[in-house]
Amino acid sequence: IRPGSDDIQHHGQKAGEALTRTFLSFPTTKTYFPHFDLSPGSQDVKGHGQKVADALSQAVANLDDLPGTLSKLSDLHAHKLRVDPVNFKLLSHCLIVTLACHLSKDLTPEAHASMDKFFASVATVLTSKYR
Amino acid sequence: MVHLSGEEKGYINAIWSKVSIDQTGAEALGRLLIVYPWTSRFFDHFGDLSSAKSVMGNAKVQGHGAKVLTSFGDAVKNMDNLKGTFAKLSELHCDKLHVDPENFKLLGNILVICLAEHFGKEFTPEVQAAWQKLVAGVATALAHKYH
Repeated sequence: IRPGSDDIQHHGQKAGEALTRTFLSFPTTKTYFPHFDLSPGSQDVKGHGQKVADALSQAVANLDDLPGTLSKLSDLHAHKLRVDPVNFKLLSHCLIVTLACHLSKDLTPEAHASMDKFFASVATVLTSKYR
Repeated sequence: MVHLSGEEKGYINAIWSKVSIDQTGAEALGRLLIVYPWTSRFFDHFGDLSSAKSVMGNAKVQGHGAKVLTSFGDAVKNMDNLKGTFAKLSELHCDKLHVDPENFKLLGNILVICLAEHFGKEFTPEVQAAWQKLVAGVATALAHKYH
């Protein structure tokens, strides 16, 4: 996970691209952003991409304590955002597609499996206080 | 029933015409078995699937991957009639192979990732969206005859 993350320049940009892919491939995800300009490259999408990237970077730096590291975000998603759990899988998939586009062969099967597991773990933590 | 616009069909055909079916099929099936190891439940007879290296080098995985992706080619040729095209295969997967249709969704998404890996910049968000529609349509068609 870490080498893959270090190689990614402009994490925020990549997360923004992943969001754009998510909104385009899975239009139902847009229902959580009625207040956003969702056109590709919009300031809203860029800003949100940066937020997502920063949180993921923190998670990568603290792989052994995701619940602790993401506790505030868990609260936010449980009590305020209440994003249906199915959507985390959709964003995770598009994050991996973005990585695949940019890393090509460097996203080895092992790295792919690790990232998939990592994103699934993050999603589990973010939905852990839902009920 | 998946509806693909002319533009979306164009995106799909443009990519498909450049795909190496044997290579990408092997890659996709291999990655499925590595990323979601529980899918190996259908392939106990394939031999050594114990590591990423053994999976990717396994001749049976490669052969079967190629077979699966060749069949996927029928989807690309018949985007307006996926249910009809895959009716017989759907019965096979239910009655003989006993495959949970959830697996079709997993493989579809792995295929999308393989295409992203190969085509890089060319695999734009718009191209991805068209492919997501197609793989979802194929998954639905393959599950259609389940009972």
